[in-house]
Amino acid sequence: MTSSLRYMLTRLLRLVLVLAAVAVVAFSLAKLSPIDPVDAYLGPDVARVGPEQRALIAEKWGLNQPPIEQFSHWARNLLSGDLGFSMTYNAPVAEVLASRVLASLPLMGLAWLLSGLLGFVLGILAGAYSGSLLDRVIRVYSFVLASTPTFWLAILLLVMFSVSLQWTPVCCAAPPGMLADEVSLWQRLHHLLLPLATLTLLGVAQIALHTRAKMVEIMQSDYALYARAQGASRLDIALRHGARNAALPALTVLFASIGELFGGSVLAEQVFAYPGLGRATVEAGIRGDIPLLLAITLFMTLLVSSGNMIADLLYRLVDPRMRQAETLEWSQP
Amino acid sequence: MNHAVAPQAMNSLVIRSNNRISTLMLTALGLGGILLVALGSVLIGDRGITMDFSARMLAPSWQHWFGTDQFGHDMLARTLHGLSLSLNVGLITAALSTAIAVVLAMLAATGGRWADAVVSFLIDTTLGLPHLMLLILIAFALGGGTTAVIIAVTLTHWPRLTRILRAEILQVRSAEYVQASRQFGKSWWYIGRHHLLPHLLPQTLVGFTLLFPHAILHEAALTFLGFGLEPGKPAIGTLLADSMRYLMAGNWWLGLFPGLGLLLLVLSFDAIGNGTRKLTDPRLSEV
Repeated sequence: MTSSLRYMLTRLLRLVLVLAAVAVVAFSLAKLSPIDPVDAYLGPDVARVGPEQRALIAEKWGLNQPPIEQFSHWARNLLSGDLGFSMTYNAPVAEVLASRVLASLPLMGLAWLLSGLLGFVLGILAGAYSGSLLDRVIRVYSFVLASTPTFWLAILLLVMFSVSLQWTPVCCAAPPGMLADEVSLWQRLHHLLLPLATLTLLGVAQIALHTRAKMVEIMQSDYALYARAQGASRLDIALRHGARNAALPALTVLFASIGELFGGSVLAEQVFAYPGLGRATVEAGIRGDIPLLLAITLFMTLLVSSGNMIADLLYRLVDPRMRQAETLEWSQP
Repeated sequence: MNHAVAPQAMNSLVIRSNNRISTLMLTALGLGGILLVALGSVLIGDRGITMDFSARMLAPSWQHWFGTDQFGHDMLARTLHGLSLSLNVGLITAALSTAIAVVLAMLAATGGRWADAVVSFLIDTTLGLPHLMLLILIAFALGGGTTAVIIAVTLTHWPRLTRILRAEILQVRSAEYVQASRQFGKSWWYIGRHHLLPHLLPQTLVGFTLLFPHAILHEAALTFLGFGLEPGKPAIGTLLADSMRYLMAGNWWLGLFPGLGLLLLVLSFDAIGNGTRKLTDPRLSEV
């Protein structure tokens, strides 16, 4: 018990250290950028602004101070809850982040749940009937989808369902020109459908492959053989013994896949012009909106690292051997 | 995988030999696909680069298998150029990433507690950020362009292989012949060169091949988002980003074929990587 507690504490300390390291690295990277934040802020107005005005802007943002000074200023503000001001959206970063997370949450959350559930079911079926036609179809699907560029799949779905069949809207999270509170739940879902389908179709692959490998192992175990000798059918064994034993490994993979999910949502949101966190990342990167970019980076690091931590803890929980050594394997992210 | 399945493994000997042949065939097919791209892009010369306004926005036909774009570029030629660009970037980044992984793994496994702690912290930090986020940050820091993409992809793809190699070295390190060598008074540096590196070679080669697909996909994603290769180059990411403007008008071929080419290229590398892994490590061949 005490060893578990100590492990948890070291993991938490590590999380804090990782966050601090990411903050330093991300800040240095942003400072390295050749994109001048003042130019980026002014945009096409750059020709109409004199050097004095530029100096004023730079001073207001603290750009005239040495980088170390700027970093400590930023870090202090961060710790006191002030994330800075986003030039791209002309609003405090905290506000932008909150509204974007709110838009991305249904997309990423639902994709996470659906790909977990579907992948698990497909993995169980493929593993229970390994070698069958069903298994082959699921395996080929998973292998091909694991190699498919996210944005290409999104483009294909867009061409098929929005352009040719015209079943789904071509962009955005709501019909154009509508106020946020006028949009009905059905309209929201309608706009969510294609990005969600993209992320789910891709997310299923990894969970399915992992669950399948685990199921194949379980179906060859002694207790599965014993159950079979007692007259249980394959499906019986798969559901009564297999699913329970394969559930935690699948859950672990699911928790460790948050980073990939975010990467996918950046690309899907770009294709469907969905105003979520991913799109804000791209906008911030292209416009040189450093405070927003840094805030999203830290937020995502917190999310992904927590996911990785939960995955590790789950592993330790199910498999006592993990407390001594780590098992390593190639997994397709 | 576990000891209880040994009798069953014996039974499936016949099936397994079939498995090896099909694995070999798949690997050869993958290799063929890659050679086709490398040769094809050289053979077509500047087709797909020069404009031809008499053949704008043509749907796929016998003359233009993949159709043409708004400048009359033949999309088949352009896709081939894009794939060979991906191939080049993939080759450089996968090689550099593998080199980083080997060096860090050697450091972690033989450099004592502190080196191990530092390397595993580096791995944690890199994996703690979403992959694409880190790629965007590095590309942003370097201002985009080919060099930026190469550096960004290189710096983000080593952790997984490092972990695998580190575990492998730790295993070999406790082997009796290494202990014996140590007893003879050889330095870790000598043991590293003569005992560890040769043992790591197969794992490293497989790791290198399996890094390729990731590197290529991430390069394309970065370019698609506008942080990657210069817009003038016919990279797959650029082709697909450009196609977005014409998809609504029903020019579906601009979006379909470049991506399909990329998918096939990635699958080719997967086939080679998994094939060599299965052929060199018989324990994996039945799963």
